[in-house]
Amino acid sequence: MSNFETIIGLEVHVELKTKTKAFCGCANEFGAAPNTHTCPICLGHPGVLPILNEEAVDFAIKAALALNCDITRETKFDRKNYFYPDNPKAYQISQFDKPIGRNGSIEIEVDGVKKKIGVHRLHLEEDAGKLNHLEDGSGSLVDFNRVGTPLIEIVSEADMRSPKEAYAYLEKLKAIMQYIDVSDVKMEEGSLRCDANISIRPFGQTTFGTKTELKNLNSFTFVEKGIAYEERRQEKVLLSGGQVEQETRRYNDATKTTTLMRGKEGSDDYRYFPEPDIIKLKIDDAWIDRLQAEIPELPDSRQKRYVEEMGLTDYDAMVLTQQKTMSDYFETATAGDADPKLVANWLMGEVSAYLNSKYLTIDEVPMKPEALAKLVQLIEKGTISSKIAKKVFKDLIEKGGDPEEIVKAKGLVQISDEGALRDLMLPILEANKQSMIDYKNGKDRALGFLVGQVMKASHGKANPTMVNQIILEEIDKL
Amino acid sequence: MNDQIFSLNLGMEVTIVSRISEEEVKYVANLARLSFSDEEIKTFTTQLDDIIGFAEQLNELNTEGVEPTTHVLDMHNVMRKDQVVPSLPREEALKNAPLQEEGQVKVPLIMEAD
Amino acid sequence: MPLFEEGLVRLKQKIHNKEIKASDLVDEAFTRINEVDDKVKAFLTLNEDQAKAEARKLDEQALTSDALLAGMPIGLKDNLVTKGLKTTCASRILENYDPIYDATVVEKVRAEQAITIGKLNMDEFAMGSSTENSAYAKTRNPWDTDRVPGGSSGGSAAAVAAGEVLFALGTDTGGSIRQPSAFCGVVGMKPTYGRVSRFGVVAFASSLDQVGPITRTVEDNAYLLEAISGLDAHDSTSANVAVPNYAKALTGEIKGLRVAIPKEYLGEGIDAAVKDQIKAAIRQLEALGAECEEVSLPHSQYAVPAYYIIASSEASANLARFDGVRYGVRADTNDLIEMYKKSRSEGFGDEVKRRIMLGTFALSSGYYDAYYKKAQQARTLIKQDFEKVLENHDIIVGPTTPTPAFKVGELIDDPLTMYANDLLTIPVNLAGVPAISVPCGLADGMPVGLQMIGRPFGEETLYRAAYAYEQTASFKLAPAIKGAND
Repeated sequence: MSNFETIIGLEVHVELKTKTKAFCGCANEFGAAPNTHTCPICLGHPGVLPILNEEAVDFAIKAALALNCDITRETKFDRKNYFYPDNPKAYQISQFDKPIGRNGSIEIEVDGVKKKIGVHRLHLEEDAGKLNHLEDGSGSLVDFNRVGTPLIEIVSEADMRSPKEAYAYLEKLKAIMQYIDVSDVKMEEGSLRCDANISIRPFGQTTFGTKTELKNLNSFTFVEKGIAYEERRQEKVLLSGGQVEQETRRYNDATKTTTLMRGKEGSDDYRYFPEPDIIKLKIDDAWIDRLQAEIPELPDSRQKRYVEEMGLTDYDAMVLTQQKTMSDYFETATAGDADPKLVANWLMGEVSAYLNSKYLTIDEVPMKPEALAKLVQLIEKGTISSKIAKKVFKDLIEKGGDPEEIVKAKGLVQISDEGALRDLMLPILEANKQSMIDYKNGKDRALGFLVGQVMKASHGKANPTMVNQIILEEIDKL
Repeated sequence: MNDQIFSLNLGMEVTIVSRISEEEVKYVANLARLSFSDEEIKTFTTQLDDIIGFAEQLNELNTEGVEPTTHVLDMHNVMRKDQVVPSLPREEALKNAPLQEEGQVKVPLIMEAD
Repeated sequence: MPLFEEGLVRLKQKIHNKEIKASDLVDEAFTRINEVDDKVKAFLTLNEDQAKAEARKLDEQALTSDALLAGMPIGLKDNLVTKGLKTTCASRILENYDPIYDATVVEKVRAEQAITIGKLNMDEFAMGSSTENSAYAKTRNPWDTDRVPGGSSGGSAAAVAAGEVLFALGTDTGGSIRQPSAFCGVVGMKPTYGRVSRFGVVAFASSLDQVGPITRTVEDNAYLLEAISGLDAHDSTSANVAVPNYAKALTGEIKGLRVAIPKEYLGEGIDAAVKDQIKAAIRQLEALGAECEEVSLPHSQYAVPAYYIIASSEASANLARFDGVRYGVRADTNDLIEMYKKSRSEGFGDEVKRRIMLGTFALSSGYYDAYYKKAQQARTLIKQDFEKVLENHDIIVGPTTPTPAFKVGELIDDPLTMYANDLLTIPVNLAGVPAISVPCGLADGMPVGLQMIGRPFGEETLYRAAYAYEQTASFKLAPAIKGAND
């Protein structure tokens, strides 16, 4: 047990999925050939002026509302000055002292414990270009396609106390962005990026220790691992009588360590000042109301509803609401008469196992939610057994279609007609008379054997409850 | 003639106190990505010191509660619709680039600390 | 008599009556340039082949054209971006720059069928008051080639004064249209901030820059402003205010016009001969029925320092894009930081570097509130001075400059005194209001400019007053510069 408490704050950048860039009409599209989505404006040619994309502002306000932020009613843009080849104007249009959103929060749950993490601020800014370093070391290449992509930067309060909490915060943040549909939030494509600030202090101390900033956290797992490493590293430094330096470090997944990028002296003097080319924004009630109305039910609310109204466990409800696509799927599947708990079991069990094994998401499989609902109902009604259902499911998730038709076409309907069952069973029981006698003499296991023989002979179609009942009746007759 | 203008604008006695040091000038030059010879640093230090001293007459003004003016026009919410406009052909976009390779602008190798 | 002396309205009439063709006007421009430009050095780049081809095309259709500027030869300051025509801002750093788009004002004058004769010299990136800060040439005042034409639109004013073009576009951040217009004896208008699009105008100080016309007459000026004004979807700071037919305001009638004379504009430091001319002009306005009254703009003396902080700060960011990465001159080195520093240090001239340094300093950590914010607050007070006076007055009148054109080399090593030369024009930019400079006689043989300042979007009133004054002024201005055939 460590004597130190870890303090974590996260800075997350989310690329907004507007059709065009923040300040020009070039397409905002990932993966195009280098320098095919540029114009004089995003290339920072002499004399050009930025024109703010209304949709980018809408998305930023929506995100701020979804994160429970206060909206800054009169806001503006500022220039953040620094030279870098991927930053054509040598200033980034950003927001300094009047971010669109402030004082928000995100609720997370770790090991069953709920906790509120503060959102310090959310602001709108533009992305930089992409640098590719040549293998031969002869130089670096700049692709300006990404320049000007609208970004929101979301800065948390230093409220997290463990790598797990940081992970949970990111998961929830990602889920919310998905729900409000403002970003693809794909870390592998860079549409969600995260830097972490970490410090430690002895338990009981109220002031913060010196923090380090962690970069190159390219997946949620890296965030967790990077912070965990940094936590141990700082602890070692302090325990050996040293001092943590304020510096920027980079996470290296190959070695699972962090290494120094630059010290405090390298910290920049960005010379922020109000952007004279962009007129101030006034965000009135009507604007906010319009966007608020467009925000769908968010994961927290859905989770609560799943537990309170549908009888799901806290855990199942949390997992099902983590991905909007999954949650939407669940909603559609339970819109009719299918039992939500059974649907949830399928989604958490068979469906998730399949998706994980194939690296797919629920919206990428041909099985429609209505079909899953029907499958569950077929089981409920006793039309098919759960064993048969698994066979049908395999077909369904791979090829789609209507479960009822699959059951019919393949002749998988459960045999529940007593006469038909008896006709099927009596020869089997006759052949296994000794087992019936064994059961009567107290050998309980014999019953299972008998049921198994019947199920085998019926290719799993016999109604197991009825089979059980008939066997017991026949034993009684002995 | 020159002196007249000068005194009119200063409107006060000039006291020579160094407001900016050579070190600061070097720091600012680095921020602005400009390089100067030692000689130039000296000249710039003197000239900037003069200009900053001149600007300090603004300190005579009581600006308490005065809103800074960023835009002279009282306008707000000027935005465009999210509609795609065709981008430049790559050759046009890169035609002024001093150095290019693989459809990208080439620059000296970037070290992380840059 | 040179055709340009007849002015736009009569020239268009003559074209219509088949007395002249557009080609005649373009030919006159190039003939005159050949005769005098090695002395005046107004042009950086000529557009001769293109201009002549355009003129020939227009010759065939000019009769049916109702375009505002059909066939009129225009010069463009070299900070207005022209696709395919070199745009250097008189800087080494852009000596090889081949623009890939057109400024809105360039598109507008082309849409009205003006013919671009070439690009005009200026102080590098519009920073200066004498056009001596050009990396390529020092433009001379056509009235006396030992004197500066003013700046930064010195090439524009000199070209118009020397009869090389009918008119020109300049830009004005702290007086850069009005001061050279005054020095060269021509008419220059700095429109209300937001009146004319800044898209494609290489930015010096974004919150102060405006494009405006430099012409021989008030009437020509009114037409040219009409052609370039209006809301532009490419400039968020352009105003959604209807563009009037300015020429309609040229009635010659100013009876009852309420004119304010700020005592600060005729105080100490203003050359006595300039004062005399301005006072005579004021009497002239009174004779025309204007009601003149002395007023105060109490924060005037703070305009120059506030301006140098604000303009330099904005410039330090605006000029950061000249980094040798995507365009412009790049120093040959394998080190990134070295590449930035060498490209920029070799590419920019001293005055530009000085302002970048001042602006970077004013915005740097720990100094922002003391300098930048303070200057923006001073700007508010200066703007309020104008608002107060213009509540009860239609226009404000005073000199455009404290002295007539000074000698080449006279102030170049004395930045502060050079800056002070703009003390009468700078407050106008800080307040964002429009102002026109019209010739009002000579002082020591050099032209003097009368500055009239109006309410926001009050350009019509300025034209009305300037026209009434111009029509009754009892002098005829003609610069001394002579071509071989004069």
